[in-house]
Amino acid sequence: MQLARDDAERAARPGHQDGAVLPLAVDLRGVRKSFGSVQAVRGVALTVGSGEVMAFLGPNGAGKTSTIDMILGLSRPDAGAVEVYGMAPRQAVRKGLVSAVMQTGGLLKDLTVAETVEYTARLFAVSRPAAEVLERAGITAIADRSVGKCSGGEQQRLRFAMALIPDPQLLILDEPTQGMDVEGRRSFWTAIREDAALGRTIIFATHYLEEADAYADRIVLIAKGQIVADGTAAEVKDLASGRTIRATWPGADEAALRAIPGVDSVEVRGDTVLIHSGDTDAVARQLLTQTPAHDLEITSRGLEDAFIALTSDGATGPAASDGATGPADGPVGESPASQSPAGESPASESLAAT
Amino acid sequence: MTAQSALAAALERKPPPAGGFSPAIVRLEVRRLLRNRRTMVLALVLPVLFFWGFGLNSSYVHERVGHGNLSAVEMISIALYGAVSATATCGAMVSIERTAGWSRQLRVTPLSPAAYVVIKMLTSLVLAAGAVAAVYLVGAVTHKVSMPADLWVITGLCVWIGSLLFAAFGLFTGYLLPSENVTQVIGLVLTLCAFAGGLLIPFSQFSPDLQTFARFTPLYGLSQLVHYPLVGGTLQWGWILNLAVWLAIFVVGAVWSLRRDTARV
Repeated sequence: MQLARDDAERAARPGHQDGAVLPLAVDLRGVRKSFGSVQAVRGVALTVGSGEVMAFLGPNGAGKTSTIDMILGLSRPDAGAVEVYGMAPRQAVRKGLVSAVMQTGGLLKDLTVAETVEYTARLFAVSRPAAEVLERAGITAIADRSVGKCSGGEQQRLRFAMALIPDPQLLILDEPTQGMDVEGRRSFWTAIREDAALGRTIIFATHYLEEADAYADRIVLIAKGQIVADGTAAEVKDLASGRTIRATWPGADEAALRAIPGVDSVEVRGDTVLIHSGDTDAVARQLLTQTPAHDLEITSRGLEDAFIALTSDGATGPAASDGATGPADGPVGESPASQSPAGESPASESLAAT
Repeated sequence: MTAQSALAAALERKPPPAGGFSPAIVRLEVRRLLRNRRTMVLALVLPVLFFWGFGLNSSYVHERVGHGNLSAVEMISIALYGAVSATATCGAMVSIERTAGWSRQLRVTPLSPAAYVVIKMLTSLVLAAGAVAAVYLVGAVTHKVSMPADLWVITGLCVWIGSLLFAAFGLFTGYLLPSENVTQVIGLVLTLCAFAGGLLIPFSQFSPDLQTFARFTPLYGLSQLVHYPLVGGTLQWGWILNLAVWLAIFVVGAVWSLRRDTARV
């Protein structure tokens, strides 16, 4: 699990891809933003390379939308710097390099689907043909329908079609599937995934864990305005898929327990010991053969638990790294599938963390 | 084309000229207006009916005023009523669009705020032109309005451009009542103002007390000013003061509302 990259690492990073020097898609440095007395974003440093599909994961009110607003140039940071493709966010928007699918609203009910796309297309210097974006968003069949008569899912696909119009290099989706049913969410993500395969950089905010797991090749966890974890989906899964062994051992030798290979943490509660480990089989074998511990109980610790642990009130700032490396060191833009085989997630239900 | 060369090419893109303004957007905005039945009734149908009902009776036709007759005065009055209804409705649409998040959506496009304002002003002017034209057309075909040809053009233009000031009224009202029903409220308020300001029933027929009251109502100043080319006489500072004070109230109110909802947008 890579956490809170330091500056040296960042300096080494800006994309040398295929020999060409290209700017980072997003570069946030020490970004802070307050609304009145509420500190929404408290010192966020984040870089996103071209071709990455990044999930911005966190409970409601964690600072996801505030951060995204600054990346889109909708608001300015109180402190720190925000650059998109090496330029001011607003300039990147004006050039059609960045577009976004907003949470809700943002549509005119008295236009048809096709007219809304035409309206948006007229605002950009260069735009993809309306028929093409409607097709890719899967709404060709409802092109003549009035926006006010579209379902929530159809409206979201329309927002997606609008976002595709400038053929943006970076597509930002803020809670794109909020309020959609399971089927709507699945087909929406199918459309996004097909689009991501073409090499577009995608940042999406969500509080659905399984969406981040299934569609992102990098997950950034944000809580209380700070990044608390940053790694590939696989690394998050590694962190989360550890298990807890509960055993009875009166007068347990805590130091000996910690010395067992593969033990991540140890907690002694009276006669009971709780051991968290990524390889509980080996630890259990050791416990049963080398120590007086008995009554073993092994339970899996879900992704959800890890998420809550990292984002709850008890969690403090950026946590310590467990030694795994982040995506910065690997090739940028690896397919999510290579890192997180589908269907392996221990926590497949949604995490509405509020 | 690889993703890298696509990015390199994309970085060379230019922002659109004129802040994203294009006549096609104005056309789409006008199409939206034409689709809105309430707006059409308020800006075009009601004024024509009022003019037919109030302005063309024989006593008005035969009463001379300035360079024309009282029917000409009424034509200008009611054209102004229609035109301010048009611009106020367009102004209210802006606040409704902001509340609905459309402005936020536009802000992730290259459209500049100035281009947006120009688009909205032109759209208002198209509808206001329709309102003026409809009433003037009725005046022309019924042959009851007497006014020199150049004054038809001059008063028409004064009403048309002057009505734009009431976009600020719509903007403010739209913020106070951000709902689809704001059109009816604007219609009602403007109709009352039109009565009080002497637009539907000629100001000259008011009792002295009523005339004093009318001088403080929002449409009075603008109405007197646009009638001036026809009626003549002395230009009164009170008209300009009335217009300036009400305009200031609307603009300050609109700016205040705009500031208040900036956090949301």
